[in-house]
Amino acid sequence: MTESKEWPLWEIFIRGQHGMSHRHVGSLHAPDAERAIKNARDVYTRRNEGTSIWVVEASSITASSPSDKGPLYEPSRDKVYRHPSFYDIPDDAGNM
Amino acid sequence: MYSQMVKSTGKAVPTLAELSPEDRAFQKRIDRGEKIEPKEYMPDAYRKNLIRQIGQHAHSEIVGQLPEGNWITRAPTLERKANLLAKVQDEAGHGLYLYCAAETLGVSRDELYQMLHDGQMKYSSIFNYPTLTWADMGAVGWLVDGAAIMNQVPLQRTSYGPYARAMVRICKEESFHQRQGFHIMIAMAKNGTPEQFRMAQDALNRFWYPSLMMFGPSDKDSVHSAQSMAWKIKMNTNDELRQKFVDETAPQAEFLGLTIPDEKLKWNEATGHYDFSEPDWNEFYDVLNGNGPCNTERLDTRKKAWADGAWVREGMMAHAEKKALKAAKAG
Ligand SMILES: [Fe+2]
Ligand SMILES: [Fe+2]
Repeated sequence: MTESKEWPLWEIFIRGQHGMSHRHVGSLHAPDAERAIKNARDVYTRRNEGTSIWVVEASSITASSPSDKGPLYEPSRDKVYRHPSFYDIPDDAGNM
Repeated sequence: MYSQMVKSTGKAVPTLAELSPEDRAFQKRIDRGEKIEPKEYMPDAYRKNLIRQIGQHAHSEIVGQLPEGNWITRAPTLERKANLLAKVQDEAGHGLYLYCAAETLGVSRDELYQMLHDGQMKYSSIFNYPTLTWADMGAVGWLVDGAAIMNQVPLQRTSYGPYARAMVRICKEESFHQRQGFHIMIAMAKNGTPEQFRMAQDALNRFWYPSLMMFGPSDKDSVHSAQSMAWKIKMNTNDELRQKFVDETAPQAEFLGLTIPDEKLKWNEATGHYDFSEPDWNEFYDVLNGNGPCNTERLDTRKKAWADGAWVREGMMAHAEKKALKAAKAG
């Protein structure tokens, strides 16, 4: 048996029926983008899960590194005023 | 179960104090119920165990297509044929989700196949039994998928993110499998001819103990599971799940009017569970070691499919590369 080259890995994103954003559903191997979409149709939309498919070659994704968790997300921790619940509005001001 | 015999270190589970600082922080994350994601720190043994467990699980989904695939062309009606085909297609998807989860741990798909083909990795012993009659399609869906569900539902909470997410997808699809099997059993055992009833009983007789074996050896003989449970890659003990399976299945058999082939099977008012006989563990180890009725046939079928498909995989890759080159030149 000759060693053949493995098909690249694709990450699959699907938008469901209800107008939400595309969501990562999983991955699969395919020789190219066109085939990746066909395979994604076959595996990830077997029960009407989707109305649109995005495929991205996994090697093209740049991800934040887990060790950056602190520097990346710490700065927003102490900015509670970004949330509506921070602001006390008197009841008699009506619905807001 | 789908991964029945994942040997871990075999050592006692170390206490938090005995762990290195990294491993201690890792264990604490698991204890807090956090998910571990692919690029994050994990002890080597955790990674290795997961590759084995998820790999075995994936292989079971794929090899598990064979006993049922056997009956697609011989299904008694077009409707049954469509149901069975859809179920077997789902199992291919389950294999795919799990292989992808294993790949996030740094092993390639081809390496996983290779380890299946050369016997380094196992698949569930249940798929080494033959499917002799159409009633077996009922018994397999009812019992084998039923046992699978019992194992997979708690694994949705497993500590490794990609594995847990694969389980969520799988569990969503799994209950149709069990129901279509039970539906076949109803047609044959309750609404069928006497001969169909006999076929249904015979299928239950043959699949009962192999189904109990799916949960792996008895707790007293599975010394390796403590570490897996500490890591939350195993959520319940083998005996817990087996008992749960018997408790759920015994009334279903009664509903069908079928007899579970175990004279000791009896409701125990005191424990609130059914008493039942353990399967023959010698048979279990024998099947696992390659001596079941269909081991050779199953593995040969997989190897042949892989070898016969090589020209397709290579041809499609070559075509994709040629197209990419053309597009680059044109651009
Ligand atoms: Fe499955
Ligand atoms: Fe299934």
